Amino acid sequence: MPDTAKLDTLLPGDPAGVKAAGHVEREFTVESRSQFSLVLRRFLQHRLAVASLMIFVLLVVVSLGGNIVWHYRSTTITDDLSLAPSLKHPFGTDAVGHDLFGQVLAGTRVSVLVSLLVAALSTVFGTVYGAVSGFYSGRLDNLLMRFVDLLLTVPTLAIFVTVSTLLAGGGGDPITIALILASLSWLSIARVIRGLFLSLREKEYVEAARCLGASDTRIIFRHLLPNAVGPIIVNATITVAVAILTETALSYLGFGIKFPSTSLGLLISDGQSAASTRPWLFYFPGLVIILIALTINFIGDGLRDALDPQQNRVRA
Amino acid sequence: MLAYAFRRLLISVPLLLLSSAVVYLLVNLSGDPLAEFKGRNPPVPEAVLQQRRHELYLDHSLPAQYWHWLSGIVQGRFGRSIQSIDIGADLQHRLAVTLRMVVLAMILAILLAVVVGVLSAVKQYSPGDYAATLVGFLALSMPVFWLAALLKEFIAIDINRALGQTFIYTIGDSTPNLTGSYFSRLSNQLGHLLLPTIALAAVSYAAWSRYQRSSMLDVLNSDYIRLARAKGLSRSRVLVRHALRCALIPLTTVVALDVGAILGGAVITERVFAWHGMGEMLLTSVNAQDINRLLAWLMVSAVIVVLFNLFADLLYAYLDPRIRYA
Repeated sequence: MPDTAKLDTLLPGDPAGVKAAGHVEREFTVESRSQFSLVLRRFLQHRLAVASLMIFVLLVVVSLGGNIVWHYRSTTITDDLSLAPSLKHPFGTDAVGHDLFGQVLAGTRVSVLVSLLVAALSTVFGTVYGAVSGFYSGRLDNLLMRFVDLLLTVPTLAIFVTVSTLLAGGGGDPITIALILASLSWLSIARVIRGLFLSLREKEYVEAARCLGASDTRIIFRHLLPNAVGPIIVNATITVAVAILTETALSYLGFGIKFPSTSLGLLISDGQSAASTRPWLFYFPGLVIILIALTINFIGDGLRDALDPQQNRVRA
Repeated sequence: MLAYAFRRLLISVPLLLLSSAVVYLLVNLSGDPLAEFKGRNPPVPEAVLQQRRHELYLDHSLPAQYWHWLSGIVQGRFGRSIQSIDIGADLQHRLAVTLRMVVLAMILAILLAVVVGVLSAVKQYSPGDYAATLVGFLALSMPVFWLAALLKEFIAIDINRALGQTFIYTIGDSTPNLTGSYFSRLSNQLGHLLLPTIALAAVSYAAWSRYQRSSMLDVLNSDYIRLARAKGLSRSRVLVRHALRCALIPLTTVVALDVGAILGGAVITERVFAWHGMGEMLLTSVNAQDINRLLAWLMVSAVIVVLFNLFADLLYAYLDPRIRYA
């Protein structure tokens, strides 16, 4: 049992307690931690997430390394045709003589950049959309959310396929594909942020800010948004994983990234016809995709635990 | 409940109408139905183009075209296909093929997700829970077609070898011109269905089982469950009658939201297994710029998504009475 006398002195309203509370910090030498360092500590305790983050960063750095990391580029044609993996060609070569490791590096670079771009664009747009919808609620909210429902009535993959023939004319450069993917990836983020803002707008500090004369914009960006950072970051992370898989699927169907650009999806798609005779062409790019998506999902999981400990919702 | 159902049904109609307008606009922006005639040498005579435009109703304004198309759709006429395919009959056949897989995959994914999700919530942090989580994350991170190829290479071939006959087929939706008893035909279809269904169900299963686990954990930690136990109800009765019913509510929404994604996944799965279903129809009509056929596809999938959402709404209201009276 704690000492009741001591507790009494800490009760608010008691002048002695207030005085004592002022000294608590020095007396017990409690180190004050910022919100950021708390989150960081919790994240670092999630070993799987930390390991995933390291692997992911390593993958990105290696793929960005280009010639310094690996002497064959994705377009280099060697004399070795259809060779199984060896020391010279760790992932083997294809029928034309491309070194698959070099191609996978280039594919990783493109796939990761596309998915990061998709996540950035759709997070910014989805957050603002959801924030406005949730904050103003009522009729505007109804209108904005019905629009989201409307976009969700048609399978997104079908819209991607249709739009990619429109925009790219089948050309398929990475930036266009990223824009197409981003155009519908913001829907789920908007829904989550809207739900969050619906409850946040009722908080007392919003009322306080309004009494002090803060404008709506200021309340949304300075008061509410910082309180929504957790879910925003978690959703952005998940969007990266979803985007990389969607890009892969689109490229596989022939509506995504195309030659001369390359992506992991395109590599798998090219290697699929040889899955049984030259399995390395199919399995290595696939394994890299799984590695990327898996590490991102684990990072997202760790971030969720770190950023809002009470929330245990998973992705919708 | 009936009034609620009626209200939901009424909302679906304008939603579908708006959706049809958006879809029509999108497709009209994205494709040129006369593309096949452009850039030909010798050039196609203007009279032929004119004739074609007239046939495809392109010599009217956009709203008039839309109205013409919409009134046709409502009466079951899908318009002319530039590939000279009878869209309605083709659609019927393909829909049957694809829905067979989609519905089966959804049932499989829901059942597995509920069972695994509930078990790993009840036995939280047990080795089984960790294993289920790992499998879930793996399935969530795997491209559908990659998993499908793995299933083909390893599962199908091994099982067929073990059985000494081809039971699991890796190509097509059924063996053409198959004769024989009802049961042999059924087992043939099942053999074709097995792998695509598993491949399609995997991703949804992964997401849903995680969802089910967390919603079950939420419920298990609530006061009324403790009360039910304190009253002396048996553990299994509390789990099934009190906890599971409430823990299923969030899942219905998620499943309904994912129907569109599953239809998209079916496009990929069909491609891998060379099925002649809706997926093939989407890809060929986009490639051929066959506008009416593409529109038919998009409208049918919109109807399916809206219907599933309607069904989920009703189920939601049945499971949670607060929704009905709100």
